[in-house]
Amino acid sequence: MTTITHTTTRATSNTLAIAFAAFMGLGIMVFAGHVQASTLHDAAHDVRHASGFPCH
Amino acid sequence: MFTRILTSALFAGFAAGLIAAVLQLVFVQPVLLHAELYETGAKLHFGTQGSVAHGPALTFDAMRDGLSILFSALVYTGYGLMLVAAMALAEERGVTITARKGILWGLAGFITVHFAPAISLPPEVPGSAAAEVAIRQVWWFSTIAVTGLSMALIAFGQNWKAWGAAIVLLLLPHVIGAPHPDMFTGTTPPELASLFASRALGVGLSAWVVLGLTAAYFWQREGNA
Repeated sequence: MTTITHTTTRATSNTLAIAFAAFMGLGIMVFAGHVQASTLHDAAHDVRHASGFPCH
Repeated sequence: MFTRILTSALFAGFAAGLIAAVLQLVFVQPVLLHAELYETGAKLHFGTQGSVAHGPALTFDAMRDGLSILFSALVYTGYGLMLVAAMALAEERGVTITARKGILWGLAGFITVHFAPAISLPPEVPGSAAAEVAIRQVWWFSTIAVTGLSMALIAFGQNWKAWGAAIVLLLLPHVIGAPHPDMFTGTTPPELASLFASRALGVGLSAWVVLGLTAAYFWQREGNA
């Protein structure tokens, strides 16, 4: 019983870690590549064009 | 688990981002700067003097190019986190991750975020006409979502039901069509636009192969530590 509980807890925490990492990655990509705030846009301008992101 | 993902993604993302930045500054930036001369009107396509094909020389602007290096590293760290998260999820389901297979993961990533969107919405050179940015972003994000899903179905699907769904998902954004402008008002010569698009894709391909390879390598290494 204890073993099953531990395994389930570990699996859940792994899934949470994976989901959190994926959302963090998505957040960084959206922030650096897609948010249209003008300071961000100007700073990331060349990378956005070269990465094929919709820009302007 | 989270530390292992974060460590692998940071190392791989930074390496790939740095390589992408160097390739971009050498191969894409001169085309971009040349195109900006047409965007701002400093040069005029079909003007009285014609369009001299010679563009600006390779230069390094500390502020502008420094920011490009920083943002390139950021974008690839973001990609790295998503890629390593996907690798972790696959490993949980019994898939073995090796550095060599990492190259295939990288290629799938390149197809997802660069190649598939570029088929209907090519990387835009400055001075080209485009539809409203918000609607292009909706199309872009939808395209990478369904393409990513179809890559997973192709790689891990066991039957034609999965592979058939993958083909439909791959084609769907292009059948629907990307948002394009009502009028072509671009000022940049098509020679520069096509060179820009293919160079941008070349840089993306190189960086994603490095990202896949290094992400898988560090993921393995951190797992054995």
